[in-house]
Amino acid sequence: MLLLLLGIIVLHVAVLVLLFVSTIVSQWLEGHGHATDLWQNCSISAGNVRHCFSSSTNEWLQSVQATMVLSIIFSVLSLFLFFCQLFTLTKGGRFYITGIFQILAGLCVMSAASIYTVRHSEWHLYSDYSYGFAYILAWVAFPLALLSGVIYVILRKRE
Amino acid sequence: MAPGAPWSSPSPVLAVLLFFSLVLCPAQAIVVYTDREVHGAVGSRVTLHCSFWSSEWVSDDISFTWRYQPEGGRDAISIFHYAKGQPYIDEVGTFKERIQWVGDPRWKDGSIVIHNLDYSDNGTFTCDVKNPPDIVGKTSKVTLYVFEKVPTRYGVVLGAVIGGVLGGVLLLLLLFYLVRYCWLRRQAALQRRLSAMEKGRFHKPGKDSSKRGRQTPVLYAMLDHSRSTKAASEKKSKGLGESRKDKK
Repeated sequence: MLLLLLGIIVLHVAVLVLLFVSTIVSQWLEGHGHATDLWQNCSISAGNVRHCFSSSTNEWLQSVQATMVLSIIFSVLSLFLFFCQLFTLTKGGRFYITGIFQILAGLCVMSAASIYTVRHSEWHLYSDYSYGFAYILAWVAFPLALLSGVIYVILRKRE
Repeated sequence: MAPGAPWSSPSPVLAVLLFFSLVLCPAQAIVVYTDREVHGAVGSRVTLHCSFWSSEWVSDDISFTWRYQPEGGRDAISIFHYAKGQPYIDEVGTFKERIQWVGDPRWKDGSIVIHNLDYSDNGTFTCDVKNPPDIVGKTSKVTLYVFEKVPTRYGVVLGAVIGGVLGGVLLLLLLFYLVRYCWLRRQAALQRRLSAMEKGRFHKPGKDSSKRGRQTPVLYAMLDHSRSTKAASEKKSKGLGESRKDKK
């Protein structure tokens, strides 16, 4: 019983960490000596000098930033609500609110990653690029968040 | 002050006059306010606002003048003038038939509208207001930027998405809890009516409770509590009565 609780909390924290890293590190797109998005556009020029500029002010990039931030907010709220519900829920009750918020967080990450995939060519002009690790982490966080949310919804409180 | 007395301190009359002149009649100057910069899209129209503050009442001789200095140019040309209640619009220059007077001296507003913007309209516009006898003052400049498409400031979309989604989710949650609270209250009222009707009978709602879901434990606990307190109070009164009898 305690093992299950620990496992659920570890999964939730892992999702949170993935979301944080994916949002904060600006490496959604990378290429030869340059890495860009979500917040910065850094490149290493000749002479090993690293220049960093702000990312584009394109509306689609802003919506990607917004949905990533929203997913973090929902996931944190979900963790907080989980602990609240752990002590206040009646016996046999389900963690609906916690599950709903975690599922919302998962949907937000999915929409952010999707919007980015479709629209990223609007604001960068690189010809040689590949998706960075932060982008991959966002896609990994999506099914984990959904799984975590569904587990909360079907879980029942005992003792 | 007695005549013939030595001049020891400045005359109080002079001091009073100075005080009144400084406080009641402040420095006569007119202050003009405009925006600092204005953005417009090619082909659309833009409003150049101009307002002022004057220590005198708005007179009939009030005059507004708009001057235009092209970007990179050195000279400013006059493009609009308003005097004695009559606006005079540029009919020969680059702003021919494009300026419209939308100001009103009574509301201290000297704004104009420029229609059908073009890239050549980039530059600085100066608003000059003269309100006789208050004619000394600083003018104010507004810079016009003409874009192909007016860009929205960074962060507008970001803030709107975050605020909108959070607000929507919060609203939905509030609505849901409100509906649930009202429904619970109705359930509690119905239960009370039911228990009142079956008063005296020790009725146990056995199989029904599991069907009603999560809410029933709370209500069931309430009924239990009320019955238990009633029994406890009865026992207490009985106990006291007996002890009194024993004492006697």
